[in-house]
Amino acid sequence: MSTDDLTEDLTRRTENAPQELLTRSFFFLCAVLSIVTTISIIVLLTTEAAKFFSATAPLMGVEGPTASAVDFFTGTEWIINNEQFGVLPLVSATLAITVGSAVVALPLGVATAIYLSEYASPRAQSVLKPALEVLAGVPTVVYGFFAVVYITPALRTLIPGLGTFNMLSASIVVGIMIIPMVASISEDAMSAVPDSLRQAGYGMGATKFDVSVGIVVPAALSGIFSSFILALSRAIGETMAVTVAAGSQANLINPLNPVDYLEGALPMTAAMVNLLTGDVTGGGVAYRSLFAIGLTLFFITLVMNIISDLVAQRYREES
Amino acid sequence: MTDNTNPEFAVDESTDDPTTDDMVTGTDVSESVTSSGATMQRDTVVSAENVSVWYNDDRALRDITLDIPEKQVTAMIGPSGCGKSTFLRCINRMNDMIDAARVEGDLYLRTKNVYDDDVDPVALRRRVGMVFQTPNPFPKSIYDNVAYGLKIQNKNGDYDRIVEESLKRAALWDEVSDQLDQSGLELSGGQQQRLCIARAIAPDPEVILMDEPASALDPVATSQIEDLITELAEEYTVVIVTHNMQQAARISNKTAVFLTGGELVEFDDTEKIFENPESQRVEDYITGKFG
Ligand SMILES: Nc1ncnc2c1ncn2[C@@H]1O[C@H](COP(=O)(O)OP(=O)(O)OP(=O)(O)O)[C@@H](O)[C@H]1O
Ligand SMILES: [Mg+2]
Repeated sequence: MSTDDLTEDLTRRTENAPQELLTRSFFFLCAVLSIVTTISIIVLLTTEAAKFFSATAPLMGVEGPTASAVDFFTGTEWIINNEQFGVLPLVSATLAITVGSAVVALPLGVATAIYLSEYASPRAQSVLKPALEVLAGVPTVVYGFFAVVYITPALRTLIPGLGTFNMLSASIVVGIMIIPMVASISEDAMSAVPDSLRQAGYGMGATKFDVSVGIVVPAALSGIFSSFILALSRAIGETMAVTVAAGSQANLINPLNPVDYLEGALPMTAAMVNLLTGDVTGGGVAYRSLFAIGLTLFFITLVMNIISDLVAQRYREES
Repeated sequence: MTDNTNPEFAVDESTDDPTTDDMVTGTDVSESVTSSGATMQRDTVVSAENVSVWYNDDRALRDITLDIPEKQVTAMIGPSGCGKSTFLRCINRMNDMIDAARVEGDLYLRTKNVYDDDVDPVALRRRVGMVFQTPNPFPKSIYDNVAYGLKIQNKNGDYDRIVEESLKRAALWDEVSDQLDQSGLELSGGQQQRLCIARAIAPDPEVILMDEPASALDPVATSQIEDLITELAEEYTVVIVTHNMQQAARISNKTAVFLTGGELVEFDDTEKIFENPESQRVEDYITGKFG
């Protein structure tokens, strides 16, 4: 091979060959698409919400009825027909769903993960894992009906007089819905714990329980926390199940008071569905409240995600 | 308790499984294998009788019979794959956790056959501690690592003192005494291995099994561990697997030579094995002609 041939061979710029350029730009566009979509959604939410509030509506050139931001964020009544737009009852219902589903899903999900990762025989795993996947694949509206048709009547045997639509069965069903997420992410984290740690534990005379709870779970804690946050973000944003099961009464409830769960309430997502499916006219103030709720929900989820990143980071540093 | 109880480590054992109490009552005074003239009278702590192990259909150990004397260092040497680790795991029944493994024969801890149906492997492992080839401290603080065995056994006692004693005995105290809250993972490899030794001795076991405890360490850390093992033998019965012939010669009182196929070819006083082995195969192995 002559020197020229060698130089030519080594200096071919495969990086900029037309084919390479084409594929590279295609992948780039795909990546950009999601960013563009996210930004458009934020812009839409913000501009439409701006038209809702009295303070910002004139800037947007909107005339007609608007709502005060103070009333929106501090009001305790959500009665559209009276033009009372207090978002607190909706936020309280969303938080109640989150707390209630967490109470159901976090312990059960982690227990399921411990069973799958530490106790289950390969045979039991081969049955349970697909079952969990099926559970995760059920359309959420079906969960809503499941709550109304099975869970509420079952709860009535314990709590006579429980209304058809109530936060208790809505929370339970959302909890059941997010168990697979907690279980599968936590199980991944536990399976990733090195076997040498289990050996160390068993070699010390630890029981299976000691090893699972005292060694594997702490070592997998950052993954377990991630599963919590992801699952709870899903619970906050969950729509169809709560629209069906929680009712449509915008009661202000206390998420930390179990008795309040016996009532129906209107989580933010359900309120938005009601607004969309109801007879609110496009352009009216009720219609625009939809975007104000959407923006609020967006911020709540955003804050959750930021917190989860911080928590995960801290635990990663510690372990 | 048995005669190797260290009064400094006296801890309440009331939570112990009753089945293990009779596991060790009475001592079986047997003569350890006679060697080059000198006969030593020592209690046998672990005694294997025709122990064979299969992994599925592959036989890893063939009819191993040997008596491990109390408060001595017994070394297991032999080429890779000859079953040394397998034998070690028979003693504390860690093989139970390998689905493919099947153990036959009898293995006594003093007078109790540990493969009897009524023996709880968890209780057995509380009496037979283990140190692994690769240091494997828990991702917990140094203190919690050492106290782990006491905690899972719900032992009463002054944990602070036991942790300190154990770390001192493991020659680690001076290096970590002011950082007990720090994670065990932040130590160097050699320190981690000494931490694992401290963790193994803290609940005061009778026997300590060590599977190539120094093979992942540099020469300085290795010689620290070797000194430590020699000292441990004053209180504990130590069984150590090693690939390092000089190490076996330096630190052990007895040496078992396994050869390929899972046979125990020779078991005798270490001096005898290294200076004047009975078997030609052992001599070839030790002088490096084979294996
Ligand atoms: N978990 C297992 N499953 C199947 N076979 C195994 C298993 N562990 C060991 N074996 C087999 O048993 C035999 C003895 O293995 P063992 O690990 O006891 O040898 P060793 O003497 O400790 O070797 P080394 O010096 O390399 O550590 C080998 O042939 C090995 O392939
Ligand atoms: Mg080995």
